[in-house]
Amino acid sequence: MTLAAAAATAANAPLTAAANAPLAANAPQGFLSPTGVEIAFLLVGLVTLGSAIVTVTTKQLVHAALWLVATLGGLAVEYLLLTAEFIAWVQVLIYVGSVVVLLLFGLMLTRAPIGRSPDADSGNRPVALAVAVLAAGSLVWVVVDAFRTTWIDLDRAADEAQGSTAVTGKFLFRHWVLPFEALSVLLLAALVGAIVLSRRNARMTRLNDTPGDPRTPGDPRTPGDPRTPGDPRTPGATGTLGKPRPPGATRTSGDTRTSGNPRTNGAPSDAPSDKEQR
Amino acid sequence: MTDVLDVALRLLVVFAVFLVLPLVVGQTEHKVMAHMQGRLGPMYAGGFHGWAQLVADGVKFAQKEDVVPADADRRIFQLAPAIALLPYLIVLVAIPIGPSEGAVGQLVDAGIFFVLAVMGVGVLGSLMAGWASANKFSLLGGLRTAAQLLAYELPMLLAAASVAMAAGTVSLPGILNAFEWWWLPWQIVGALVFFVAGLAELQRPPFDMPVADSEIIFGAYTEYTGLRFALFLLAEYAGIVVLCGLTTVLFLGGWHGPWGADGLGWVWTLLKTGVLAFLVIWLRVSYPRLREDQLQKFSWTLLVPLALAQIALTGIVKVAIS
Repeated sequence: MTLAAAAATAANAPLTAAANAPLAANAPQGFLSPTGVEIAFLLVGLVTLGSAIVTVTTKQLVHAALWLVATLGGLAVEYLLLTAEFIAWVQVLIYVGSVVVLLLFGLMLTRAPIGRSPDADSGNRPVALAVAVLAAGSLVWVVVDAFRTTWIDLDRAADEAQGSTAVTGKFLFRHWVLPFEALSVLLLAALVGAIVLSRRNARMTRLNDTPGDPRTPGDPRTPGDPRTPGDPRTPGATGTLGKPRPPGATRTSGDTRTSGNPRTNGAPSDAPSDKEQR
Repeated sequence: MTDVLDVALRLLVVFAVFLVLPLVVGQTEHKVMAHMQGRLGPMYAGGFHGWAQLVADGVKFAQKEDVVPADADRRIFQLAPAIALLPYLIVLVAIPIGPSEGAVGQLVDAGIFFVLAVMGVGVLGSLMAGWASANKFSLLGGLRTAAQLLAYELPMLLAAASVAMAAGTVSLPGILNAFEWWWLPWQIVGALVFFVAGLAELQRPPFDMPVADSEIIFGAYTEYTGLRFALFLLAEYAGIVVLCGLTTVLFLGGWHGPWGADGLGWVWTLLKTGVLAFLVIWLRVSYPRLREDQLQKFSWTLLVPLALAQIALTGIVKVAIS
């Protein structure tokens, strides 16, 4: 699913760029003397397409996620070149800043081996390709059909440009209020659904729980060293590395870290970190 | 031609600020922490109260060998410090320091979105470093970084949205132009939420579990040496400058001051930023590190509701006075 979506977004970018060319032919600017912005648009589109293709073809999971950053960032630049400044920054904020971080978080939590993971490929490649081409085709068709010969004036001042925050806000809340509200209800439903799902899982795990589960939030793990160089811990406190904690051992809250108790010292704290040494 | 010169000059100034201010904050941290703990701090490098200590540190870092672990993902490992540092440089371009048109590197229409979006990208550097190091401690640090970002991005955005509502614009100079002194008590909750969430996003104590040197040995940066490690440190201090500057601009009125707003606006901005930076250092010396679950709980059960309450309050007052 992700593959198809990524491929679709990628395929969309340069195709709209290509679709831009005939538009330019009708416009007074002319077809054979493209402006700098148009050239930049095309080049960024090519880079975006390239990184999108690498995203779906690379055999390294985390690399795919990072190439996705390049793809989404390229799309943001395209928005910027089309004067849609607000959309561009929201794209960076939501997709690069949050979605990819979530993706990487999930990958690191489950499995993210360094190097190739040959089992990451599925046999659905041709189907995914077909879906991607179909989605890209329909998107391009919709966009081309909707805008036809509309020409964007790239030289207007920032506050009256088509994509500025003020103009976007006006359009959103005057002409598109109903879809906007419907979308927020959809998101709310998704949110509530996620909470319900996680609560049911929590109840089931609580039933199956053994009392010694080390991952309960009530685990009185001691807070760490506050990175102060003046830490009064005794330099001779050792014996921590060779003594792994049993995973099921719950410590009582009375067993907090004191300077006289070498067992609870997490790492060899007498080895000053590079930062403190400066 | 003058346009090109103008842009070049602005970028040069921003770059100089980017190079100088983080070092000033770093040196202040050395001295302030030392005096708070009854020590002297650096005293020798450069002569006068060790002012050149960080320069000497830089030279030391540059001389060290640049080691890449054998099992690491080489390219990503080497790219990570740049990804961590550059966003703060880019953000600095959009922060206005004075009332005039020319007192900002580049006027960005959707300023708040720009700064928050680009700041969020910096965390990718820590994630990449944590994963590419091929080290379990680093991976743990990366995981904690990601969890922390996901928890604290939301209250930060909500608090910033409250200011944007109050000003009726998302451009940073626009917000400053609309600022009145009574915004300070009006937006104080939002300011606290923004500042605390920003601290957490920068992984400063007491929110420094991702680097916790006594638990996971500096987290994502365990395997880094020499100049690349120095770049991560520089990113942390540049982050402090950016966060304090942003809090100043959004909540403390930036260049507004009791007097001298016309010619000395930039002094007020720098002064407020400096006071906030001192606060950041003070917090590091005063508070112990939170535990990972305490951190999540703090964000979701305290900061997010507070930010939402602030937005409601902003809306009510805004409707009442208009």
